[in-house]
Amino acid sequence: MSYQGKFRVWRGDDSGGALEDFTVEVNEGEVVLDIIHRLQATQAPDLAVRWNCKAGKCGSCSAEINGRPRLMCMTRMSVFEESETITVTPMRTFPIIRDLVTDVSFNYTKAREVPSFAPPKDLAPGEYRMQQVDVERSQEFRKCIECFLCQNTCHVVRDHEENKEAFSGPRFLMRVAELEMHPLDTADRVDQAQDEHGLGYCNITKCCSEVCPEHIHITDNALIPMKERVADRKYDPVVWLGNKLFRRS
Amino acid sequence: MARAEIAARTLRTDRWWLPPLTTFVGLLLISIYAAFRTFQGDFYWVDQYHYLTPMYSPCLSEECLPAASHFGQPLPALPGFLTPPVVIIPFLLGFRITCYYYRKAYYRAAWASPPACAVAEPHSKYTGETRFPLIAQNLHRYFFYAASILLLINIYDAIVAFGTGVGLGNIILLVNVGLLAAYTLSCHSCRHIAGGRLKHFSKHPVRYWMWTQISKLNNRHMLLAWTSLIFVCLTDLYVALVASGTISDLRFIN
Repeated sequence: MSYQGKFRVWRGDDSGGALEDFTVEVNEGEVVLDIIHRLQATQAPDLAVRWNCKAGKCGSCSAEINGRPRLMCMTRMSVFEESETITVTPMRTFPIIRDLVTDVSFNYTKAREVPSFAPPKDLAPGEYRMQQVDVERSQEFRKCIECFLCQNTCHVVRDHEENKEAFSGPRFLMRVAELEMHPLDTADRVDQAQDEHGLGYCNITKCCSEVCPEHIHITDNALIPMKERVADRKYDPVVWLGNKLFRRS
Repeated sequence: MARAEIAARTLRTDRWWLPPLTTFVGLLLISIYAAFRTFQGDFYWVDQYHYLTPMYSPCLSEECLPAASHFGQPLPALPGFLTPPVVIIPFLLGFRITCYYYRKAYYRAAWASPPACAVAEPHSKYTGETRFPLIAQNLHRYFFYAASILLLINIYDAIVAFGTGVGLGNIILLVNVGLLAAYTLSCHSCRHIAGGRLKHFSKHPVRYWMWTQISKLNNRHMLLAWTSLIFVCLTDLYVALVASGTISDLRFIN
């Protein structure tokens, strides 16, 4: 069954832009990205859109569909009414390049600020031995496809551009948590998380977990455990007193 | 480079305002009921069946009914309008207010920070939990310890009440402590203390087992937060109605 669907797509660049109305054919089984491609092929050949795998694994086609941050390739047209007007806009948190394409280099900057895995100095590659239960914990975080929908939806930077310097966002706080929970990592990640990556800015409203297309429990399994580790280190008066009494560093 | 020029606060077309509104109304109604019962200072003990409402347990000051003071009356009579629950409520309230679920609930519903995902918040500045007073949310674990002690006292009260037979009130008190126990155990701080803080699960199999069990409960933390909160109020209401003689307790074994 085909029908003529109504769409509003944001067109423009960093000098300005607006939502433009289109009517595009929609066929059974299609996703929003299929419609954007048809629009590009039939009516707007200069429409800029970033995409790659069409299978929800490359994280390229992140956008906002009816105001909700989603992957265009994983949003089925069947979830909408045929009479509904579907609005497609670029991610709001990042600078616009053109149409639906944003500059996500903020995330690469933040990624570089996380020190890499630091195994014990006397442990050579090939000598790493880990039990499955230890591996499983951080494997959840390795499912991340870096679509940056969590970074886009997090109100700390979405609504407050000025916080971008101090706050690394859920994706990279999750990366810090992954390394902190790694049995062979020797770096001190707890102070880093709070002081350099802005963990304290997170008010655990869970939007990152809500929009994650890989359904990673970012808040419950990464951010809150990191907040608890920070509380162990910095805000636990009993631990502080114990450290003073027993002269622990 | 600038962001895409989109003036609308949100382009969401669903009823995104409904969950925060429901949460706000729910928390407001429960707060009004809890404040009323706290300052009522009456109908908290059913002498005939030894039912003590969890809102007044433990009852530690001199104005408490002697039979309801399971742990004596170490505190003098409270001045003015203050009633026995004001001694314990700061700990119970502190546990709920600093709870990771309730934080999400009231940051969204009461402070609109943000009201819903991808809906712009109205505040021009945001520092989150980096400074006073919100940095005090890090004390959650201490409220967890306090709430655990109060839970044990509630369990004791529920068991003591069986000394006079079995009635509907006993079942209600028992379900109440079951829900409170599940909520307290599902707490993120409890999960962390039990095993979450470890780097090597494989070296601590017992703590790892505890962590996995608490993680299962933790997945339902929101559900347990609401059911336990509502049921505490219902338990209190039942005890109040029986204590005031409005209804009589349904007895099974007496």
